[in-house]
Amino acid sequence: MSLFPPEMPRPAITDDTRPFWDGCRRHVLLVQRCTRCAAFRHPPSPVCWQCRSFDHEWVASSGRGTLFSYAVVHRAFLPSLAGCVPYTVAVVALDDAPGVRLVSNVIEAAPETLAMGLPLEVVFEDVSADVTVPRFRVRRT
Amino acid sequence: MGRPMAHDQAAIVGIAESEYVRWGQLTRCTEYQLALETIVAAVADAGLTMDDVDGFASFSSDRNEFAFVATDLGVPEVRWAGTTWIVGGGGACAAVAEAARAIATGAARCVVVYRALAMGQFRRFGRPLTGDVQRLRPQDAALGFALPFGLFNATVGMALLVRRHMHLYGTTTEHLGHVAVTFRRHANRNPAAVMHERPMTLADHAAAPRIVDPFGLFDCCLETDGACALVLVAPERARDCPHRPVYVRAAAQGSGPRYGGGAWAMQYMPDDEYATGNTRRLARRMFASAGISPGDVDVAQLYDHYSGMVLLQLEDMGFCARGEGGPFAASGALAWPDGALPTNTAGGSLSEAYIHGLNHVVEGVKQLRGTAVNQVRDAEICAVASGSGIPTSALLLRR
Repeated sequence: MSLFPPEMPRPAITDDTRPFWDGCRRHVLLVQRCTRCAAFRHPPSPVCWQCRSFDHEWVASSGRGTLFSYAVVHRAFLPSLAGCVPYTVAVVALDDAPGVRLVSNVIEAAPETLAMGLPLEVVFEDVSADVTVPRFRVRRT
Repeated sequence: MGRPMAHDQAAIVGIAESEYVRWGQLTRCTEYQLALETIVAAVADAGLTMDDVDGFASFSSDRNEFAFVATDLGVPEVRWAGTTWIVGGGGACAAVAEAARAIATGAARCVVVYRALAMGQFRRFGRPLTGDVQRLRPQDAALGFALPFGLFNATVGMALLVRRHMHLYGTTTEHLGHVAVTFRRHANRNPAAVMHERPMTLADHAAAPRIVDPFGLFDCCLETDGACALVLVAPERARDCPHRPVYVRAAAQGSGPRYGGGAWAMQYMPDDEYATGNTRRLARRMFASAGISPGDVDVAQLYDHYSGMVLLQLEDMGFCARGEGGPFAASGALAWPDGALPTNTAGGSLSEAYIHGLNHVVEGVKQLRGTAVNQVRDAEICAVASGSGIPTSALLLRR
C-alpha cells in the first residue's frame, strides 16, 4: 500500500544520483563508497568529502539501521496528504555504512511507539512504474 | 590572524519597518512598493536623502532587485550592491555585514540593507517546497532524498533537530513553551507586533494543535507580510546623523560540516553537530574577534523560526552550556526586563513578524538607541543571530 498520494514529490534524479534510484527499482539499497579511502557517503556525490577522490563504487547495504531522529507530521501540508497524517519522517543511521544517514519514513508503527535507537529495516515501495523509494519499518528479522 | 570584520568601521544610522500583518493582509500595495516605502523611510530616519545612497544589500534572493529599486528611487549612482550566498533567513546578519564591509573598504559610502517579504503575494514559507524537476541543479538532486519522504519544509527539518536535542539533553516541550510564551509577552507590549493583542500562557502553548511533533502551532513562527530596511554609513559621518549610531562591532557567517543547504532538506551533519543550530563556530569566531564575551551581551535577538531552535542557538552562542538551553529558558533568562539575557524583545518571528530575521537586526538597533518598546536599561551590546539549522550569520552591535 502506498504511504503517500501520487501528488507527493518524486525524486529529481541526475546522473550523479541515478545508481541509487536504479538500485531502489531492483529493491536493493545502494550506498556510495570511495574506492580510495573506503568512506561511505550519502547523498550521492561525484566526490568523496573525506579524501576528494572521484573514484567510487556502489555497495549493497543490508538495509538495517536505527532511528536517529524523527518528526511526526500532523498537519497536511499538501491538501492531498489529508488522509495520510500523522506520518513519521525519520532519519535512519545505517548499520553497515558508518556515517550514512537516510531521510525516510517509518511505516506500520504508531508514532508513540517510536524511540531513538529503534532497530529498523528497509522496505521498498514502488510509487510509480519507474520510481521506487526506500522506507523503513521496525526490524522483524 | 586576519580580522574577519573591520570593527566599528560602519554604523547603522537609519532603520524602518513597514506595517506587519498576517500573510495575505497586505492588500493596499505590492511587495515591491512596500520595499520602496521602507527604504525611503529608513533613509529619512538617517537624516539623509537618496542622493546620499550609493549601495544596496539584501539576502535570500530578494525579489525586489537593487537595480529596479535604485532606478525607481532615482539614486544617482550605485557604487556597490551585494547579496549573500548564505541561505534564506541565515543571510540577514550577513547582508548587514556585507554592507558594513563595503563601507569599511570605501567601496560605498551609504548602503541600504533591505528585505521585503509579502508571503501572501507569493509563497507561504510553511507550504511544502515540492520541487521543480525540470531544472536539475545539485540542490534538486539532494532534495530528491528529502521531498518524497515529506521532509519538504523547515518545520519538519527543524523538528528533527529538536527531537534529537530532547533525546540527548532531556529538553521538554514545556521548555519550548517558555520560549514561545516569553516572546509572546514581549509582543504583547509591542503595538507593531502581529500578536500584540493575543496573550498566551504555557497552558495555551501545550494545548495548541500539533503541527510537526515536537512542534505545536505556537512553536512555529508567523507567516506575515512586511519589510525592513537599515542604512549604514562610516562612523565619522554617523556622528552627524540624528540618531545615536549603532556600530557593527563584529560579524561572522558560515556553515559547519555536511550541512548542505540546511536541515530543512538535509540531515547529514556529523553526530556531534546534529543537535546544534549551526551557529557554534561562527559565534566563537565572532566573539573572539570582537574582544567581547557572551557574558558581556546585554540583549539578544535570536532566530526563532521555531521555539526549540532558540534553545540550540542559545547554546551555540555560548549564552548557556550545551544541553542547558531548556532549563535556561525555563529560568526566565530570556524575559524582559529582569531575565539574565532579555531575548527577542520585540516578539521575534514567533510573535512580532517574520521578515526573515531582518526585523531582529532592527530591534537590536532600537535597543542600542534606547528607543525599544521593551527597552533593556543601558543596553550597550546586542547579539543578533540569523537562521539556525542552515548556513547562517551573526552580528555583535554596540552603541
